[in-house]
Amino acid sequence: MQKVNKINLHCTINGSKKNFQCYPMARLLDVLRENNLTGTKEGCGEGECGSCSVLVNGDIVNSCLIPIVQMQNKEIKTIEGLTNEQTLNKIQLAFLKYGGTQCGICTPGMIIAACKLLEKNQNPTLQDIKTALAGNLCRCTGYSKIFASVLAACQEQRP
Amino acid sequence: MTKKTANLRKEGRAKLTGRALYIDDMHLPDMLHGATIRSPIQRGLLKNMQFQGDLPWHEFTIVTALDIPGQNFISMIENDWPALVEKKINHHGEPIALIAHRDKYLLARALKFIHLEIQVLNPVKDLDESLKKKEILYGDDNIFKSYLINKGDIDQVWQQADYIIEETYNTGAQEQLYIEPNGMIAKYSEDRGITVWGSMQCPYYIHRALMPLFNLPAEKVRIIQTETGGGFGGKEEFPSILAAHAALLAMKSGRPVKMIYSRAEDMANTTKRHPSQTHHKTAVNKEGKILALDIDFVLDAGAYATLSSVVLSRAALHAAGPYACDNIRIKARALASNNNPYGAFRGFGAPQSIFALERHLNKIAKAIGKTPTEIRRLNFIKKGDSTATNQIIHEDIDFNHLLDLAMEKSHYKKKLLEFKEYNKSGFIKKGLGIATFMHGAGFTGAGEKYLASVTTVQGTPAGTIEVLASSTEIGQGKNTIFSKIVSDALNISEDFVCIVNPDTHLVPDSGPTVASRTTMVVGKLLQSAATALKETLIAGQKLKPKYTGQEFSQAIKNYIHEFGALKSTTQYKQPNNITWDEKNYQGDAYVTFAWAAYIAEVSVNTLTYATKVDRFTAVQEVGHVINKTLAEGQIEGGIAQGIGYALYEKVLYKDGAMINNQMTNYIMPTAQDLPQMAVHFAEDHKDYGPNGAKGIGELPIDGPAPAILNAIENASGMAMNFIPMLPEDLMVAMEEQERNAKS
Amino acid sequence: MNGDPQDYHIIQTKNLKEALTYLADSDTKWTPLAGGTDLMVLLAAGLLPTGNYLSIWDLPELNKIHIEDDSIVIGAGITFQEILTNQTIKKEFSMLTKAAEMTGSVAIQSRATIGGNIANASPAADTPPALLCYDAIIEVTSIARGRIDYDYATFHLDYKKMQLKKDELITAIKLPRSGKPHTDYYHKVGTREAQAISKICFAARAYQQNNKVDDIRLAYASVAPIPLRARETEFFLMGKVICDQVIEKACTKLAAELSPLDDIRSTAAYRKKVAANLLREFLCGIGQKNYKS
Repeated sequence: MQKVNKINLHCTINGSKKNFQCYPMARLLDVLRENNLTGTKEGCGEGECGSCSVLVNGDIVNSCLIPIVQMQNKEIKTIEGLTNEQTLNKIQLAFLKYGGTQCGICTPGMIIAACKLLEKNQNPTLQDIKTALAGNLCRCTGYSKIFASVLAACQEQRP
Repeated sequence: MTKKTANLRKEGRAKLTGRALYIDDMHLPDMLHGATIRSPIQRGLLKNMQFQGDLPWHEFTIVTALDIPGQNFISMIENDWPALVEKKINHHGEPIALIAHRDKYLLARALKFIHLEIQVLNPVKDLDESLKKKEILYGDDNIFKSYLINKGDIDQVWQQADYIIEETYNTGAQEQLYIEPNGMIAKYSEDRGITVWGSMQCPYYIHRALMPLFNLPAEKVRIIQTETGGGFGGKEEFPSILAAHAALLAMKSGRPVKMIYSRAEDMANTTKRHPSQTHHKTAVNKEGKILALDIDFVLDAGAYATLSSVVLSRAALHAAGPYACDNIRIKARALASNNNPYGAFRGFGAPQSIFALERHLNKIAKAIGKTPTEIRRLNFIKKGDSTATNQIIHEDIDFNHLLDLAMEKSHYKKKLLEFKEYNKSGFIKKGLGIATFMHGAGFTGAGEKYLASVTTVQGTPAGTIEVLASSTEIGQGKNTIFSKIVSDALNISEDFVCIVNPDTHLVPDSGPTVASRTTMVVGKLLQSAATALKETLIAGQKLKPKYTGQEFSQAIKNYIHEFGALKSTTQYKQPNNITWDEKNYQGDAYVTFAWAAYIAEVSVNTLTYATKVDRFTAVQEVGHVINKTLAEGQIEGGIAQGIGYALYEKVLYKDGAMINNQMTNYIMPTAQDLPQMAVHFAEDHKDYGPNGAKGIGELPIDGPAPAILNAIENASGMAMNFIPMLPEDLMVAMEEQERNAKS
Repeated sequence: MNGDPQDYHIIQTKNLKEALTYLADSDTKWTPLAGGTDLMVLLAAGLLPTGNYLSIWDLPELNKIHIEDDSIVIGAGITFQEILTNQTIKKEFSMLTKAAEMTGSVAIQSRATIGGNIANASPAADTPPALLCYDAIIEVTSIARGRIDYDYATFHLDYKKMQLKKDELITAIKLPRSGKPHTDYYHKVGTREAQAISKICFAARAYQQNNKVDDIRLAYASVAPIPLRARETEFFLMGKVICDQVIEKACTKLAAELSPLDDIRSTAAYRKKVAANLLREFLCGIGQKNYKS
């Protein structure tokens, strides 16, 4: 096998154009984390826990399962891109108010999944929420307050 | 007066925006990555280790037991847990050596080229083999620790009994499965000593472990907690060994070393809940009064004693439950095996013994023709009754009322009738099951006295308050609760209160973040410390008895300006009414108990033999609820783990190695598997903690498993006596029952 | 992460022809990688063979669903998310929709492709039983031999061995549209309700005429090295009127026909028993009877 060279990867992350030199099989998760975007977490490395969830061209994906070569010219959104620490969005505020976060390690992925859900469906049922968040594992909350937070965020969105 | 804040999660914003820093988010300049060389054999003698292949071994830092400057053990109760293997290998995956390199991928590849020569010995695989003394691993009988609790005169009772009911109950191992795996970064320098950052519950446990290992004095070991993504006991004692490993590599290489476990490595090689077996023999009269409880409880401790004696203690002290019985014998033993050492996991022995007892009560009820509620009501403990250790209950506990509440909220009576009809046809069978139990918060007996926890509340020159305690935020909400306790005691806004991050150079030893003690014991110390600080300001004429937040802040500044510092330190003192006889295991085992009645509603699918928990009702008396959202969060999370313990989470072993060490194959309940949970707090008995708050972190994991299996029996008629109880198990039991019915 | 990215050469191809040209190169072995939901797990575990990988993600020729008069043609690069949001598939091939919904999670569904699911050939995959019931046709393409159609029922030969040569790519899955009335049944029994690998998965389709079984498909996952049709049981049921006796005989035939294994997720005994129970439920349904165990 010939020597593997790094590639020039151009993509947009959280609205900013980025250019990385990386090995094409590097995981999107690692490229993000090695470039100061540590909000996206590694909980399992097998696409089960969802703590590595990000949005790629608007779709929710497990970044631990994506080879960076496939991200050429894509738009990537991570937890850092949703808001800054001063201005939480409605979902984040609801999680804060209703106890949707405990240890916080699943939280970035949960918020991404919840944002994706509410973007498609402003009035989800409890079952819709369960389905949308089924790929994000939480060991702390038993999920009750995560669902309550998402429902509350919906209610606050309605006029 | 001061405007009170909403007591929202103190570190919530950082977590919600992805800014909170967990150990793997941290990097130090010049850092190396570390990895562990582990035994592939369950039991043996290490003969040789060879570094093969065409790798640049000179670039690697390699550490073996020979590199340990001090004593090769992780300081704990027995000091028998080696940091690294010297010669004897006692469990699969036991750490033999450590390697470090700048390139984490090369590091991973290097592990494949390290050849170990091991003389294989016969392992002891489980409790059964250990009890039968297949091999002697410890002492002359494999027993790391035993307790015998005796109350009354049990042997006289058997003749008087109308019924004697016996049964054996088993519980399996359980993996804590915090979503953030274990990780540490260590740094070493000659003048500063060791600094370790990491995911942990107990910085002072690590501190105490590294001192003798490295032969360093206290001030040359600094342990700093980073944001921790879940612990549940899995980061109580285990981190000490990982910290030791990272520090050894840091010392030898002269560079900072990061060690983060992959999920697979974490699952296979860290501590888990102890497997157990309980044998119950019970004397009952025909009215349903329990005359004698004879309990034989054994735990598989694994290869080293570690914390097993304490787990055993708690299991034993909870084994007879919240029932009044004059004759109790509890024989408890922790046995050695060649399994990975088992360790702390929420509940710490109580889920195991409570499972057995609460299933057994249902068996008793069935045998004598009473219902599960009747048998419990006939035996509930009351004020003035005594426990197995002759601890007198001084609370006016009305367990009937708790049970009534739970039954009301779960529509128990109505549903029992409905389900009886429903189950007559169709292949789904529904049922309800109960568990009534208690959980003693804080360390057992004289444990808190020995811990002698210290907390400090201090003022800063900027006019704010700092809270210093070694308790760690692991998701339970410690930062938020401490903030509320202190700001309430000082009557100021939480905005003025800062919780200092647990760093052994900065905070005193408030004891470990375990045993449901953080709010109750440490919170109470902080309440006292804060109150004393306020009184100091008032006594020092810096503050009037009524003040605003700004005035308070100014008072701090003035005081510090005049006196240099404003600091209030409190140390735990055992309450006068607590007496405990450690030798005979008699007296006040716990300062206080929280009491609970849980009801599970299940559907059993007789096509697939799968059980689903449809609804769960949890009623508990907890003294005082400081923050309802956080308290409910604890109960709901604990119930979820209890459901996993009962129905989904099975650790599969082959030759002592966990083979389902991936999230795909170790089944934790997802959102779709968990029921609606109704949580209700009674706050009747304000006892020990701050404003009467009792510890609740572990209580909720005690009840679900027996409640669920009781519900399964109600639904399907199948009495299952072990957990995890999987569909495959129910199928086998149902088929056997069908065969017996036919013959 | 135990796989070193430096050990893997992966290139993103722009179109099908480019991808097939690489595969046709007899000097170099190229392994196609689509959504990565299977292969990247192996990478992290340190188990992905090193070498040359061809990313076939998002190839324009593979990412369309064509609705034709006699069939629906699903490009091999179509993701599970695209399947489950397609209304025609939902209407006429609802078991495939269900299979797509039950695979993984939303994040997996936006990356997992139907072609990848077939080519990865896990005996536990969720779409194959549905595809077997639908008499799916797998279109395979190469430079040398152009397009070849295979009956999906004979596509898998043995564990991870199939009618796919190393210079070929699965390019489409064709589902013949059926006008005849039928009853479908799909039941995946996983280790839990969501994000689960199946312990057993059963898909069935029955065509009945005058109360008799005119044609029937019984398909299983996780009971054999490949997704399987229970042919002997199907043959037995042909022409039969569903009654208690027929149901019991069918279940007995099925038990004899299946030889599942014990594995990390479940036992042979469980798989056998539940396979029969699910069959019984399906047959009771088409026989309009209440389930009796």
